[in-house]
Amino acid sequence: MKDLVSLLNVFTLLSLMAVGGGTAVIPEMQHETVTVHHWVTDTQFAAIYSLGQLAPGPNMTMVGIIGYHAAGVAGFLLVLFAFYFPASLLTYGVSYIWDRYRENPWREAVQRGLAPITIGLMLAGVYAVGKTASFNLDRPLWFNGVTLGFGLAIVLLLFWKRINPALLILTCGVLGWFILR
Amino acid sequence: MNESARVTQPPSIGRIFRAFALIGISSFGGGLVAYLRDVVVDRERWLTDDEFLGALEIGQTLPGLNSTNVAVIVGRQLRGPRGALAAALGLILPGAVILSVLGVLYARLHDNPDVTAALAGVAAASVGLLLQVTLKIGGRQFLRPKDLMFILPTFLMVGVFHVSLVTTLLLLAPIAIWMNRPAALKKPPLSSSESRP
Repeated sequence: MKDLVSLLNVFTLLSLMAVGGGTAVIPEMQHETVTVHHWVTDTQFAAIYSLGQLAPGPNMTMVGIIGYHAAGVAGFLLVLFAFYFPASLLTYGVSYIWDRYRENPWREAVQRGLAPITIGLMLAGVYAVGKTASFNLDRPLWFNGVTLGFGLAIVLLLFWKRINPALLILTCGVLGWFILR
Repeated sequence: MNESARVTQPPSIGRIFRAFALIGISSFGGGLVAYLRDVVVDRERWLTDDEFLGALEIGQTLPGLNSTNVAVIVGRQLRGPRGALAAALGLILPGAVILSVLGVLYARLHDNPDVTAALAGVAAASVGLLLQVTLKIGGRQFLRPKDLMFILPTFLMVGVFHVSLVTTLLLLAPIAIWMNRPAALKKPPLSSSESRP
């Protein structure tokens, strides 16, 4: 029961702090769910985050799996509710009022001001997941070479050509199964 | 308001749900906003391009996921609260069902060495994906001192020193917004500048 209350609190707060999109709260989510509440391990967090990339729809729906690890089916449903409902309610209410203030110059100030903060948070997300998934001192050096290589290859490929990221991720899954066993 | 692209009769709740569920089940690989625009503007003609961009601007500025925020706003404009609920649920449910299966499988199999190896590859790839999106969205911001002034402290505070996100936002956001306040914007005038009072 205590876990359910904490799950509700943590994920509601996370969704309300997601400025510029869901990826902005990855580092804070990892800190809360791994270090503070021990619902999942570092490795599990990285794996669960990646599962989100494999499914259609909003990638962040993977938060349900963290809830499942913490408190079973109830945790799954509760976390999805906490992550989506309050933020959607806020959007519903504010967008209703917003229509009147569309021309307000402060709207642009908010967007421009928050943009670099969002980028900083996304970088922190890369670091948070990367220090487990890409360069992890618990693993042998060759292993880290392969995981770093996968990440860099994807960055280059995506800048070079428009490829569906889900395909790239699946490919790395298959390659990982061959190389990283 | 431009009514030309608008269907006269608002769509039924079921229709809204089905349209968004179609996005929810087919949008592999992220980039949901593009899928949303295809369906809402091109296929169903519920909104004009400008109306959609308006919804997107609000959805991006408010907290929460951009895609679900846009779904809520479009659903609301079409059919009020029930429309918003139908749109958001349609977008989220298919992925949630798939992830519940993946999640249960993962919980059972995460000690299996084959699964561990495959997921190590998948996770390494996800980091690359996230980095590429960050670099792409960040773009020239990484070269502008005024933006780096916020990118680096945010990264260090949240990523390295684990300062809580609330504290970081309360500390940095007001300064960042103030620096971009309307009077301080000295960008070259847009083509529409003469239309301003």
